[in-house]
Amino acid sequence: MTWDDILPLLWPATVETAVMVGWSTLLTALLGLPLGVALVVFDRGGLRPLPALKSALGFVVNVGRSLPFIVLMIAIIPFTRLVVGTTIGTAAFVVPLTVGAVPFFARLVETALREVGADVVQAAQAMGASRTAIVVKVLLPEALPGLVAGLTVTVVALVGYSAMAGTLGGGGLGDLAVRYGYQRFETLLMIVTVVLLLVIVQVLQSFGDRVARRLSHK
Amino acid sequence: MIQASGLRKQYGDTVALDGVDLHVREGEIFGVLGRSGAGKSTLLRCVNLLERPTAGTVTVAGQDLTALRSAELNRARQRIGMIHQHFALLSSRTVAGNVAFPLEVMGVPRRERERRVAELLDLVGLQGRGKDRPNQLSGGQKQRVGIARALAGNPSVLLSDEATSALDPATTQSILALLKRLNAELGLTILLITHEMNVVKSVCDSVAIMAGGRIEESGSITGLIRTPGSRLTREIFPLPAPAPPGSVTLTFTGDPRQPVVSEVVRKFDVDLSILGGSIEDLAGGSVGRLRVALEGDDTAAALDHLRGAGLLVEVEGS
Repeated sequence: MTWDDILPLLWPATVETAVMVGWSTLLTALLGLPLGVALVVFDRGGLRPLPALKSALGFVVNVGRSLPFIVLMIAIIPFTRLVVGTTIGTAAFVVPLTVGAVPFFARLVETALREVGADVVQAAQAMGASRTAIVVKVLLPEALPGLVAGLTVTVVALVGYSAMAGTLGGGGLGDLAVRYGYQRFETLLMIVTVVLLLVIVQVLQSFGDRVARRLSHK
Repeated sequence: MIQASGLRKQYGDTVALDGVDLHVREGEIFGVLGRSGAGKSTLLRCVNLLERPTAGTVTVAGQDLTALRSAELNRARQRIGMIHQHFALLSSRTVAGNVAFPLEVMGVPRRERERRVAELLDLVGLQGRGKDRPNQLSGGQKQRVGIARALAGNPSVLLSDEATSALDPATTQSILALLKRLNAELGLTILLITHEMNVVKSVCDSVAIMAGGRIEESGSITGLIRTPGSRLTREIFPLPAPAPPGSVTLTFTGDPRQPVVSEVVRKFDVDLSILGGSIEDLAGGSVGRLRVALEGDDTAAALDHLRGAGLLVEVEGS
């Protein structure tokens, strides 16, 4: 295989990876953020203590976190079929990627929110702020650098998950590495794929770090 | 202005407040003095119900807070300012944004908010610093932001939770001077808790001394100074202990240059030796406390004369 053979394969695979990671990041942020907030707000000593609900949510999150992604992907195939109507192709794998990443991100959101000082929250309570106002105007803005850092870690994890999705028909760079690098011993393509993944992860991570730093005024 | 009756607070088996009554009059600066663990912080947090007392009631500006539901309580809290030991500013907001926070919570329109924020920053001496971030400010400046924020809702009451404990002595004095000025200019009632006698001496009109979840002594500072055996007096004027039997402790208020003591010496022909003493500026006047040993034929008449001159006379071992 030469460069002329590799490039036409590489571009669509990269786009597929980007599509899978992009959509699942968006959905993970939308679902994981409220879940993480709920874990903090409903906790004992939280803004609205509902320990039973918090335990239930915590249990669900732990179940999601304890399954290896490759197992989770297979286990939720019926659910994926229900949501997108198919279980192969890039779009189908947005479902397991999101299901896998939401509990992960929710825990990171929880940690970031807990970093917000109790004194700041109490000061807001003393000023007569409602619970909603405290979440929206205090917890989330104060935790923003941590939330961005958490999302960055999640995106990087999703890049990794998406490669596994490739092995089950999701396409993308993982699929390329399996089909050409593993099954056909195409060393050059394998090296190119590895380098490309490294570059993608480095770029994502340093971009996320920079944004988090810019937002932090500690 | 603040009336707390029969306050109890228990955490499991630990009793943090054990039947506390507190009465803070309108327009005064009331200090609650005690060591850490005395329950003073819990007491302060019970006043705006950050902690809900296990038993007892809290009335602020005529409103029984313990009877309010959560939305009403939030409205009542908007009229009670609070400042904190570690300032509790939002690092995600500018100075102006921090001061605007309570106004946003109250639903004040943006225009009005900006006007009010400028006014408040002016009041605490931070004009032109609105765009700074809290992390660019010194401790004293941060507490000024805290004070501006606490005053945003035009509160009738300001609660101060060890507001100067994280500050150096000079900054402490400047913050205390600011509180004193706000008290005088705005008629703001201030309830502060502190472990520093210096704070009580500098600004308080009244004081409660707390230990073990109870108030041991409370009243106006001038009143307590005139009360024999007062703990406040003993703590402000430490005298060598134990006092020799028969020695006399004199507490005098008013102009310290009045020559009462030399007058007594001359008039009653007694010998007087000074065993210890000091003079402090308290509650707007000078207060002195002197331990002396009197010897002579007519010490009883001499002591009567001192009492007649308005001094508090305490004789040891009598």
